[in-house]
Amino acid sequence: MLGRVEKKYGVVVVGGGPAGMGAALGARDCGEEKVLILDREPEAGGILLQCIHSGFGMHYFREELTGPEYAERFLQKVIDHDIDVLPGSYVSGVAVDSGGSKKVRIMSESHGLITVETKSVVLAMGCRERTRGAVRIPGTRPSGILTAGLAQKFVNLKGYLPGKRIAILGSGDIGLIMARRLTLEGCRVEGVFELMPYSNGLTRNVVQCLEDFDIPLHLSTTVAYVHGRDRIEKITVAPVNPDLKPDMSRAWDVPCDTLLISVGLIPENELTQNLGIGLDVVTGGPLVSSTLETSMPGMFACGNVLHVHDLVDYVTREAMLAGRFAGEWSKGVRRPKDNIRLVPGDNVRYCVPHTLSPEREHTIHLRCKAAMKPCKIRVGSLMEKKLRFVFPAEMIMFKIKPDLLDKFHGDTLRIDILPLEKGERVD
Amino acid sequence: MYDIAVIGGGVIGCAIAREMSRYRLGIVVVEKYEEVGFGTTKTNSGIIHAGHHSPPDTLKGKLVVRGNKLYDRLCKDLNFGFSRIGELVVARSESEIPELERLKKQGEAKGVPGLEIWDRERLRNAEPNLSNTLIAALHAPSAGVINPYELANALSENAVDNGVDLKVNCAVEKIVVEKGFLAVHTSTETIKARFVINCAGVYADKIAGMAGLSDFTIHPRKGEEYMLDKRLKGLVQRLIFPIPEKNTKGILIIPTFDGTIMVGPTAQDTTDRDDASTTYEGSEQVFGFVSKICPSITERDTITEFAGLRAVSNTNDFIIGPTRIKGFINAAGIQSPGLTCAPAIALYVRDILKSEGLVLEKKKNFKPHLPGPPRFASLNDEQQRRLVEKDRLFAKVVCRCELVTEAEIHSAVDHGARTLDGIKFRSRAGMGRCQGGFCAPRCMDILSKRLDKPFQEITKRGGDSWVVKKMMDS
Repeated sequence: MLGRVEKKYGVVVVGGGPAGMGAALGARDCGEEKVLILDREPEAGGILLQCIHSGFGMHYFREELTGPEYAERFLQKVIDHDIDVLPGSYVSGVAVDSGGSKKVRIMSESHGLITVETKSVVLAMGCRERTRGAVRIPGTRPSGILTAGLAQKFVNLKGYLPGKRIAILGSGDIGLIMARRLTLEGCRVEGVFELMPYSNGLTRNVVQCLEDFDIPLHLSTTVAYVHGRDRIEKITVAPVNPDLKPDMSRAWDVPCDTLLISVGLIPENELTQNLGIGLDVVTGGPLVSSTLETSMPGMFACGNVLHVHDLVDYVTREAMLAGRFAGEWSKGVRRPKDNIRLVPGDNVRYCVPHTLSPEREHTIHLRCKAAMKPCKIRVGSLMEKKLRFVFPAEMIMFKIKPDLLDKFHGDTLRIDILPLEKGERVD
Repeated sequence: MYDIAVIGGGVIGCAIAREMSRYRLGIVVVEKYEEVGFGTTKTNSGIIHAGHHSPPDTLKGKLVVRGNKLYDRLCKDLNFGFSRIGELVVARSESEIPELERLKKQGEAKGVPGLEIWDRERLRNAEPNLSNTLIAALHAPSAGVINPYELANALSENAVDNGVDLKVNCAVEKIVVEKGFLAVHTSTETIKARFVINCAGVYADKIAGMAGLSDFTIHPRKGEEYMLDKRLKGLVQRLIFPIPEKNTKGILIIPTFDGTIMVGPTAQDTTDRDDASTTYEGSEQVFGFVSKICPSITERDTITEFAGLRAVSNTNDFIIGPTRIKGFINAAGIQSPGLTCAPAIALYVRDILKSEGLVLEKKKNFKPHLPGPPRFASLNDEQQRRLVEKDRLFAKVVCRCELVTEAEIHSAVDHGARTLDGIKFRSRAGMGRCQGGFCAPRCMDILSKRLDKPFQEITKRGGDSWVVKKMMDS
């Protein structure tokens, strides 16, 4: 029920976006009756609420929905399943007692400072955008430089434009979506400037948001200087050398009144860190087992707080799994510890989960370091999977069946992405 | 007719106005920006120097130790954050040790308390994260840190509480010397005053020029600073200085009052009096240097960067005193350690005004105190609970990076915030690692409501620093 909070729960979910709602439903599905979702915004739904474009739900619902529609469907399920939701609440900490019971400290305007007790917790706080500070652009510090997500909030939720003449640094998906959105609102989008030689967004967004609107994408180019006193007036952009430093001899100026920053997302793990939970330095998310449990027993993680996903449908699937294991935990089910470590090898930036067990089927999520085509993924000596291409902006997913792991007797499985050998072909 | 018009609402102008508000005088502060402290003050490093650096034969050298001492009282009165965390000047080689000894002697002669030379072992114990190549350090326990914008706000607010008029968005355009008074023509009105105190920072020579004076010039020297993620909180406990160079105290590691680490500043002469740009060269210089002193600091931890201008005069010293124009008094060329000296400068200017014939009669009802802003995040559980019982908005988080509640945002507006930067400087909302990505729209909502201004008229820091446009505008 919206706004209801009791003193004790089986599962408390921190975050009411798609990951949090999915986890709560997963916990409910496995029979846990006492589930609470805490969300810091006035309304649950997360960033989906400001993503008014379509393209969500193709995998999960088999139809194309907008972000708010996708959120609405899940919120309705959450309410139908009698899950408690407390919007406008902020988790200031979690204390774990010796028996493993967890006390979640909550601040909320409606309830003041309260503590609820729970057996398990699912971390589903999502991620935040990297800012100008994180990418270090020299020049002045005028207004008009903001992350693409903040611009999206201004336009879609508040009904204001961030400016009229827009330049975009970074080709992250939100930046691409906003290039289209602002063009439709009558703004002039001067171009998208991407440091790397490839786009950081999904191919479908490059096509549908830039190419279809004749918005130039300048690869291997960066913003080298910001001009303007009170408000941004122009930027100097420059192609970068192989060391990614700008080549100022080839620089040019782009007049603009707004610079959107879309240079990547960072999982929001302040709470996780404060709890002393182990993090993966590459993903920025917690280290998790194949039950999506973190290094702290009974504490699970899913969605963009674990690692940044491409599609909300994937978040939902992962979240339901995390919720299921969190629900099991609260009901006293204790699974044997995973006995296989999964480690990234050649051309693999990261893989999640970090450990495996022959007890269950696994969906492995990974990202490559560099684009490669065609190529193959090799999992130890257990399996190989050929792919037409891999691309850093697109997450790679594949399954490992339990019977395969039964045959494995080591303790470390290494995943490599390798070029095809002579004579090998992608089917 | 005012008795005193202070030109410039930086920390110097505000300190003078607040000091003079003890007396029965009509005082006005004229500030060209939307809020006080938005010029050089906000970019100041926030160091309250112990005083051993400045030569004793300079005016800054004479005022610095007194200024440092005055901070205890000032902080008690105005409740801004101030912490005497101490300072270390570190030596990287044997050849630098004589310089430590010279600084120690110079400091002792000026009355800097507690100066001690630490050997390598003592330095390692106190600051284990500094490079193990450092061989000795001069420790000055009386050095401290404040947030300079917080001081400017506190001084101006207390001055206003004591009857001072504050005119913002008010740029001085012309000064006419009249019989017995000066007429200060501004962008909004003409202000008449018997005394004009020129605290115009990097524009002080221009303001003096308007009154027909050309006896000094200001040569802005830019400093770039880099603020690091709070992940590095506690990496160093004290201010870390290298052996000073000719024009500057060098690039420092500064644990700010709030505990986050800042590195910088550079020292680059510039002719542009509004040059607040950061550069590739600046960051390379800062991080290249700092990583030698403290190897765990890297550029990757930067959450934001900024630059400010030191108002360096042609004499390389403060220029404070009366001029050949009766009633026109300079408080110019205030570069480092200007912030430290600010309370001492205020007293120095008071004495000048007195000797120039201003009658100082103490007010009976002078209110020296200003309650500090509420800081929810820094309170213990019991204190937090009490605040929330009083006002539920203390349980409503607006800025999650720095844990700032809505009640604190309202308090910032109550205490004069008119812009997003004004809120940031008073409450820390937007100062953390997401740099306002989440809280900016909420702060704008609150400002819009409280100031009764349309959302699109809320600015980052006044002037043309608009944030959004209305959708229907063409």
